[in-house]
Amino acid sequence: MKNTGTLKVTTPTSREIVMTRVFDAPRRLVFDAFSKPELLKHWFGPRGWSLVVCEIDLKVGGVWRFVLRGPDGKEMGMRGVYREIAPPERSVHMESFDDYPGESQVTAVFVEHGGKTTLTATVLYASQEIRDAVINSGMEHGAAESYDKLAEMLEVITV
Amino acid sequence: MTASQRLDATFAALADPTRRAILARLASGDAPVAELAKPFAMSQPAISKHLKVLERAGLISRGRDAQRRPRRIEAKPLAGASGWLEGYRRFWEGSFQRLDALLDEMKTQEKKACARSARGEKHR
Repeated sequence: MKNTGTLKVTTPTSREIVMTRVFDAPRRLVFDAFSKPELLKHWFGPRGWSLVVCEIDLKVGGVWRFVLRGPDGKEMGMRGVYREIAPPERSVHMESFDDYPGESQVTAVFVEHGGKTTLTATVLYASQEIRDAVINSGMEHGAAESYDKLAEMLEVITV
Repeated sequence: MTASQRLDATFAALADPTRRAILARLASGDAPVAELAKPFAMSQPAISKHLKVLERAGLISRGRDAQRRPRRIEAKPLAGASGWLEGYRRFWEGSFQRLDALLDEMKTQEKKACARSARGEKHR
């Protein structure tokens, strides 16, 4: 199943990823789903992974801590500090992974229109190392190198 | 070049709309410089500059035919950049599909709560 059109991922600069997604709900609910542990536990993480630890101190300077557990029992921890919180419009937090060096800054903006909410999340990598760590973990899944996929790749990169 | 320098070169090369258009054209088959220049209101030397950037980033190569020197798209560096984005996309798309379901449930709960309080007010 192709999900382009739902989730859009672009790279305006070599250290930024911008993700855009529309949700069929008012932003008050979407913001809650992104900031309340009891709600995050229902959805956060790739397929097959579950959020086993989710602690959030939702205030500027407050710390958040997540641990995801994979199907093979492997755990992945992440944490950071909140820099800005303006419910239900905007939040800025830092993010780092237990197993990788460095930190990125995530700015989430929620815009509501006609009962639907558009989330724009900008991930800014502070260092080359963290960006590369993320790239490498993505590449573990193996990217297809066939020419058939080129058009699709170009679409992914250059939207 | 390290993997990280390669990605920098790939993203820098892809940052320009003319170069993206050239790659999109080459994705459907090899083409000589003159043909690649055609759709653009640009001199052939200007196009050649773009081709040099793409070539340095390893995104295109030159074909064997010495006369025409057709340019060819190279899949590998593109796969590196898109592999990164694909991993990222997979993480979030999986999450967001579950979030869609949760939001539907939250909306339903809210409507029920609303209906309950409306009924409550009537009884008062």
